[in-house]
Amino acid sequence: MTPTGDAATRKPPKRLDAELLKADFPILDERIHGHRLAYLDNAATTQKPQCVLDAITYFYSTEYSNVHRGLHELSSRATAAYESAREIVCRFLNARATKEIVFVRGTTEAVNLVAQSYGGKHVGPGDEVVITTMEHHSNIVPWQMLCEAKGAHLKVAPIDDAGDIILEDLESLLGPRTRIVAVAHVSNALGTCNPVRTITEMAHARGIPVLLDGAQAAPRMPIDVQELDCDFYAFSGHKIYGPSGIGVLYGKAQLLDSMPPYQGGGEMIRHVTFEKTLYNDIPDRFEAGTPNIAGAVGLGVALDYLSALGLDAIEAHEQALLAALTEALTELPGVTIIGTAKEKAGLVSFVVDGIHPHDIGTILDHEGVAIRAGHHCAQPTMDRFSVPATARASLGLYNTREDIDALIAGMQKVREVFL
Amino acid sequence: MSELNDLYQEVILDHSKNPRNLRKPESFSRTADGYNPLCGDRLTVYLAIKDGVIEDAAFEGSGCAISTASASMMTQTLRGKTVEEGEALFEKFHALLTGSDEAPPELGKLVIFSGVRNFPVRVKCATLAWHTVKAALESRPEMVTTE
Repeated sequence: MTPTGDAATRKPPKRLDAELLKADFPILDERIHGHRLAYLDNAATTQKPQCVLDAITYFYSTEYSNVHRGLHELSSRATAAYESAREIVCRFLNARATKEIVFVRGTTEAVNLVAQSYGGKHVGPGDEVVITTMEHHSNIVPWQMLCEAKGAHLKVAPIDDAGDIILEDLESLLGPRTRIVAVAHVSNALGTCNPVRTITEMAHARGIPVLLDGAQAAPRMPIDVQELDCDFYAFSGHKIYGPSGIGVLYGKAQLLDSMPPYQGGGEMIRHVTFEKTLYNDIPDRFEAGTPNIAGAVGLGVALDYLSALGLDAIEAHEQALLAALTEALTELPGVTIIGTAKEKAGLVSFVVDGIHPHDIGTILDHEGVAIRAGHHCAQPTMDRFSVPATARASLGLYNTREDIDALIAGMQKVREVFL
Repeated sequence: MSELNDLYQEVILDHSKNPRNLRKPESFSRTADGYNPLCGDRLTVYLAIKDGVIEDAAFEGSGCAISTASASMMTQTLRGKTVEEGEALFEKFHALLTGSDEAPPELGKLVIFSGVRNFPVRVKCATLAWHTVKAALESRPEMVTTE
């Protein structure tokens, strides 16, 4: 396996033809208020290619039954499709084994699983959990709940005015009571691409495990969990061109193996009596109840679609658009970009003097341009930059220069309304 | 584009750029905080009530054009009204934005907010100040604060 960080041994990425790829996504043909749709809300959720839609229909039409039980043919087909999706995820992340891949509802459930299971076992009174200022609420609140229940402390590593984690400050927070570090790989509100390999090394030097929230990174760049050496990696299906209601928690096998179940029910057990229940091996131990089978199948097809295009090609495509988007927005009068980190991925948050992001969002929508306006489920990040909200344009593999031009033209309309 | 023009009418834009009664009064008898978690807008409403009449209404905070204009025009409308009239105006304003009824004459110039109807996600922006004033009117009267 080629290490993703070693540019010298990497072949140059294929070039994406985003205009051509748009044809794979039927929803992009929708007319919005009489305009061509410029979908720039990919950090909130991505649209689905036809192959994913077809795979779900095909699965329900020809293979569907419950998994891991039942002796009949359809149960075998459904189990094979579900487990084959797990193999695809394993390859996608370059995990060592499929037992390291747990299907969950999404990134939120993945973080909750680790907080309650790993945290429940290892975090006690006076212990500490370290996160950063730029986390999404889903990588804050589960840890807050854990700390409150256990009498532990949540420590927050600060970020600078550009939106970069202040690494010395993060390192100084790592102490003998730190039980886990949880960090976004890419910030959903600022776009900062964090030096997660360095953070993992810092934590591991002190024997502290690291969870990476990969919700924004996994759709945008090649992910190799062995190279990152993270202990847990979480991402959501719906943000990576797959179905909603399915997501992935990767965990190192020896860690997952040592963790108690997250939820009780069917599937996660080996033997049940009223006196004692023997739990199943990983990953089944963490998948209580009938899982989102079709969701997993759809996710597998989405990941194969991305792999065929090449994650490095998607990354290069989005980086080129990001540069163009940043430049175009910077040239507009009154616009301030929130989040100017050295390394960014996929999105730009911005505010405009005297015009609230919500008004920008409404006017752009009427021009067919879909962006997000709000706090992006990252209120502490908004507080850090003293803004109640931002407007955010976020890129996907199907975006083109035409989409950015539509956004910039829409911003002129915003000015016209408010002049 | 006409829907958008109905939403961002001149009067609304004027009040959003130059909000009236945007201040903390030296004395007031009721106050309440409003928060719209969807967009992060926060505002505080202050009412000075004497003998059941709203003598002064003011607000602080920042928000989108719709919520700021709504707060500004609301404070203008409420001044001189009785508490009961204020509560009745809340009901009528709320009905104007969420229903399809004809605009009641009591609302006066507030009827320009009927354009918000076509933007369901923005209804909360227009009603934030009114929900906050309702909370203030329902709150137990406190001692008049004087700074």
